[in-house]
Amino acid sequence: MNNLVLEAHKLTVAIGGKLICREFDMTIRPGECWGVLGQNGAGKTTLLRTLAGLHKPQAGVVSLNDVELAAHARRNLAQHLGVLLQSESGEFWGSVQEYVLLGRFPHRASLFGYSVQDETLAQQALAQMELEGLAQRPYNTLSGGERQRAAIAQVLTQRAQCYLLDEPLQHLDLRHQAQTMQVFSRLKEQGCALMMVLHDTLWAQRCCDHVLLLFADGHALHGPAQALLTRVHLEALYQCPLRELSVEGERWFVAGV
Amino acid sequence: MPPRILFSLLLCTVPLSLGFGLMNGSLPLAPIEMWHALWGNNDDTATTVLWQLRLPRVLAAFVCGGLLALSGVLLQALLRNPLADPYILGISGGAAVGALAAMLLGAGLAATQLSSFTGASLAIVTVFGLGFRHGERNIYRLLLTGVVLSAGCGALISLLLTLAQGDEVKGMLFWLMGDLSHAQGLPFAWFVLMAVGLCATVFSGGLDVLAGGLDKAAALGVAVGRWQAGLYFAAAVLTVTALQLGGSIGFVGLMIPHAIRLIGISAHRWLIPLSALLGGSFLVLADTLARTLWSPLQFPVGVFTALLGVPVLLWLLSRRS
Repeated sequence: MNNLVLEAHKLTVAIGGKLICREFDMTIRPGECWGVLGQNGAGKTTLLRTLAGLHKPQAGVVSLNDVELAAHARRNLAQHLGVLLQSESGEFWGSVQEYVLLGRFPHRASLFGYSVQDETLAQQALAQMELEGLAQRPYNTLSGGERQRAAIAQVLTQRAQCYLLDEPLQHLDLRHQAQTMQVFSRLKEQGCALMMVLHDTLWAQRCCDHVLLLFADGHALHGPAQALLTRVHLEALYQCPLRELSVEGERWFVAGV
Repeated sequence: MPPRILFSLLLCTVPLSLGFGLMNGSLPLAPIEMWHALWGNNDDTATTVLWQLRLPRVLAAFVCGGLLALSGVLLQALLRNPLADPYILGISGGAAVGALAAMLLGAGLAATQLSSFTGASLAIVTVFGLGFRHGERNIYRLLLTGVVLSAGCGALISLLLTLAQGDEVKGMLFWLMGDLSHAQGLPFAWFVLMAVGLCATVFSGGLDVLAGGLDKAAALGVAVGRWQAGLYFAAAVLTVTALQLGGSIGFVGLMIPHAIRLIGISAHRWLIPLSALLGGSFLVLADTLARTLWSPLQFPVGVFTALLGVPVLLWLLSRRS
């Protein structure tokens, strides 16, 4: 059963002297999908990292099921909370399969190696991301998009109940964007809670039931996606004129010049 | 190559390399003579040479190679940098300054050892104190602190070398290039290699996760700061032990882990034992060549680790372009 609730209470986040949000409250419940939108540098990543317990807030608390994140054992947290980070420049010398298998680390029962079940789950995630053919390739020979898919497969392998995803669609081509969002939608239907940073308002409309608009001046707005994904709000958010098109009942927003 | 096969292969290489080291020297021994000297109850020259001189020497070479290779694996995982080797954080620099200063003052072997140990310890504490911030995921500060300290030690080493007189210079150069002829504290070194190697293998899963990215590792439940501190001190202990045994022998710590990776094995649970085995055998081979090739002249072993290792590594690199 999944009844994981991720909650931010009076959260004030800052990084490098820049205020990202002040006394911010929100609750992500099972089966909800949140989209985070905002300009470059508005602090979407930092907010996500704070919710993941990777960045210390200036004030306020983030809690998982009413227990503060810091009070959870890191490993225990990792069993419930999957985090997709923007690509870190790092050296990983192993194969794609080994990389994806790392997602099982928090669930690992023995100190030596992974179980057959772990490997099955990794295999499933590789298949979901269409990476079966690349499983034995060294990770550092992958293209940007393939790396991104491998990173998503790794998070899926984690089998968490709550997912915090930082730009899951970056570097992905159109087909893989659609595929990835389908995978996430299925997770949502299964009762997982998701929060993802997006730059594409269309995907936010299609997949997210809630959105969080993070403004550059440190104030934030959140609510039902339908109500917030309007031209007025998005023009204020991105500070540029937008044109609104309607295609088959969907609202498209195109930056005007 | 599957790791199990490579492991068995390297395990077979161990007695071969040790045997090679035991048979060769100013008094060459045939395999059967070596066998008799080892297990027979004789009292001849061969037995004395073997037990008193060669066995300690090959065991020292093996353990030293294992220590350096393992230290290299741990530091490459810690610094997430393929150029990391046991000496990158200034530990050898500190040890060298200590050792050379003692030699310049005409100290004996024991005092030189103590002085180099003190130098290394000072370097370890300095780099950790200045370079490590708990909770900071950026490891460049540690790396830079180490490199800066190394550079400073390099200058001091040059200064000490220019101050030294003819004969002293040679001893100093041998220390700097690595020399296993005065190896002491063998049981302790073996203990360190076994203990740290075992611990590192047990925790190898976390090392794999760290290699995938620090934030990612934290998100996957690894206490990154504690792991980094642990890795740093484990690598420091390995390096200091190796330095005490044979001076700063280059190349092994940098290249052995890469050689294993280039064969296609990067999971730490294999990388750690394989590196230790390969590093040990490799250093025995290099040391034997260093003392026999132009005997009675003896060369610093560091010369041979590089001369042997560079072509092999270049070949491995070009093979997988």
